[in-house]
Amino acid sequence: MKQLNISIAFFRSGILGYGGGPSSIPLVHKEVVQTYKWMTDDEFADVLALANTLPGPINTKMAGYIGYRVGGFLGMLNAILSSILPTIVLMIILLASLSSVRSLSWVGGMTKAVVPVVGVMMFTLTWDFYKKSYQTLGKVIASVAVVVSLLLLEILHIHPAILIVVILLVAILKRDKAPRDEQEMKKGVS
Amino acid sequence: MMLYWHIFLAFFIPGIVGYGGGPASIPLIENEVVDRYGWMSVSEFSEVLALGNSLPGPIATKMSGYIGYAEGGFLGSAVAVFAAVAPSLILMIILLGLLYRFKDSPKVKRMTNYIRPTIAAMLGVMTFSFFATSYTDSGVVQTIILIVASFFLLEKLKVHPAYVILAALVYGGIFLG
Repeated sequence: MKQLNISIAFFRSGILGYGGGPSSIPLVHKEVVQTYKWMTDDEFADVLALANTLPGPINTKMAGYIGYRVGGFLGMLNAILSSILPTIVLMIILLASLSSVRSLSWVGGMTKAVVPVVGVMMFTLTWDFYKKSYQTLGKVIASVAVVVSLLLLEILHIHPAILIVVILLVAILKRDKAPRDEQEMKKGVS
Repeated sequence: MMLYWHIFLAFFIPGIVGYGGGPASIPLIENEVVDRYGWMSVSEFSEVLALGNSLPGPIATKMSGYIGYAEGGFLGSAVAVFAAVAPSLILMIILLGLLYRFKDSPKVKRMTNYIRPTIAAMLGVMTFSFFATSYTDSGVVQTIILIVASFFLLEKLKVHPAYVILAALVYGGIFLG
């Protein structure tokens, strides 16, 4: 039953994730956090942060890791295959049977219409993360952190992996002052 | 045997060097497949890429799955997908395993809290690029119609995303094809 649920969750998020890996992030979030409740929002955020930091395709990393946590090694294989196999098979069949894929204009139209829908889902997820940030860090710090991250990523073009590693290092190295910091943070919130 | 080793290398290197998810590794895959091994011409590669982009699911694995199949049959396909996926996945399982062992330490909790605004910023950037792509491909009117309709269905009526996406597929096949 568990393995069947893993199959369903990653088949759905893979087959509906038009527009490359990142488009399936909100879909995976929906399945994993809301439908099957395998993870909390916090855990999902950690997985997403690390998946973004490591190289390689993001969707299969997330599928593989979540499948592994829920259903062990078998769950991992199950999740990866469910998310990638259907479209690989589809691709082989289409390329083998058609001389030119450019004639498939309706396929292109379908893809175009899904892009803004995924955008809306991505927006909702963004908003969730922002809300969670200001619940833990306070509105001012959270907003400043978002703006600074945006500047670093988009204006200075710092690679996300580097930024995430630096933030994680700061969090680790700050250990000695931790209790005081947290008290200050609570004061800031209240 | 040599062929499978080449297939492994051709997808292992882009997988491990391609930071930033699937799309970032496409030029690297092209470099291996077209320039180094000469399995495909540039136009064949762009044909495969065009189809890969119109089909759902992660792009890098679709490319590796298909090209591996074209060069080495079923086994080639399996080798290519494994090379693209396994190395970073193993690293991820090890690192997150460490993280959860120290789950209750304040250090790890702080990592989660500190990283969240940056993730929000990155997701915000992705949101923007999805809307920008839609604006370029489908025009402002269609984009707004689709945004408003899907926001209403997803957030107000709480329709499952699967149905909303299926509806968008039908709409796009008819009106945007």
